[in-house]
Amino acid sequence: MKAGVVVFPGSNCDRDSAVALHRVTGVQPVMLWHQETTIPPLDLIVIPGGFSHGDYLRAGAMAARSPVMREVTGRARAGTPILGICNGFQILTECGLLPGALIRNNSLRFICADIFLKVTADKNPFTTAYSLGDVISLPIAHQEGHYVASESMIALLEDEGRIALRYCDPDGAISSHSNPNGSRRNIAGILNQERTILGMMPHPERAVDPLLGGTDGQTLFAHLATVLA
Amino acid sequence: MIARIRILLKPGILDPQGKAIANSLADLGFTGVESVRQGKIIEVNLDQSDPVAARQSIEDMCEKLLANPVMEEYQIEIDLSQKYQKISKETMSKKNK
Repeated sequence: MKAGVVVFPGSNCDRDSAVALHRVTGVQPVMLWHQETTIPPLDLIVIPGGFSHGDYLRAGAMAARSPVMREVTGRARAGTPILGICNGFQILTECGLLPGALIRNNSLRFICADIFLKVTADKNPFTTAYSLGDVISLPIAHQEGHYVASESMIALLEDEGRIALRYCDPDGAISSHSNPNGSRRNIAGILNQERTILGMMPHPERAVDPLLGGTDGQTLFAHLATVLA
Repeated sequence: MIARIRILLKPGILDPQGKAIANSLADLGFTGVESVRQGKIIEVNLDQSDPVAARQSIEDMCEKLLANPVMEEYQIEIDLSQKYQKISKETMSKKNK
């Protein structure tokens, strides 16, 4: 597997993503600066978390229009798997590769916490190694993680099984109590129609080492390396 | 000319900032505040004298960057009373001092 991690001014999970990928899969990803106009052949592109361009205008707005994203969008449309984490998810909605938008958390607070997620989609390179209905724990760290889309789009995501992850309680119950940010239908991550793009607010790259509090993110990276080998 | 773009979250999209402001106004004793919405204003200092062309170009900017049509709506105001001002690098650095 050849992997790349995009780096914007203000990204702060680019190194974490690279380290997680390397540690779990042995693959050393290439780092792709936001002004690159050509990128090498890749089997996976990670758009990492952070505060690209200081979250100015809207989270991810400027990053989504940067030169490298024209390349990434082209690759995405040609079927290259793309994983957008946190700010990466915001960027994917801003550039139209994923539907909907991420707005300010209901509480107006920046939330940094370990939360529980229910895996609700399979048949994709990202979450298939978990079982449907599995409850996993990953950290979130965001202020704009409240997923919104039109009712018809949410219904379509449901019907097509494209809601990959939902906020839940430790027993897997999906309720308003287990919704940290107000996201519609507790959505924490969604797939594109072809299931080659995953955008997710939680941070799997921060959950690959027991010293840092959890290893539930390992499965995702390990599976990517297996299916994209 | 100056183009002013007013951007608000679409009706139906919960505006937690507006809600927080409304609650705070109620705490201060203001009555009759049904709801508050908070948005942003962007001013574009545009080297263009034709208001129709200016509006068209600003609309294009809104669709491509300034607003996110999934969650926001926008209104454009073309202000002909304010002339385009070229800001020299010297003026900028003085401003920053």
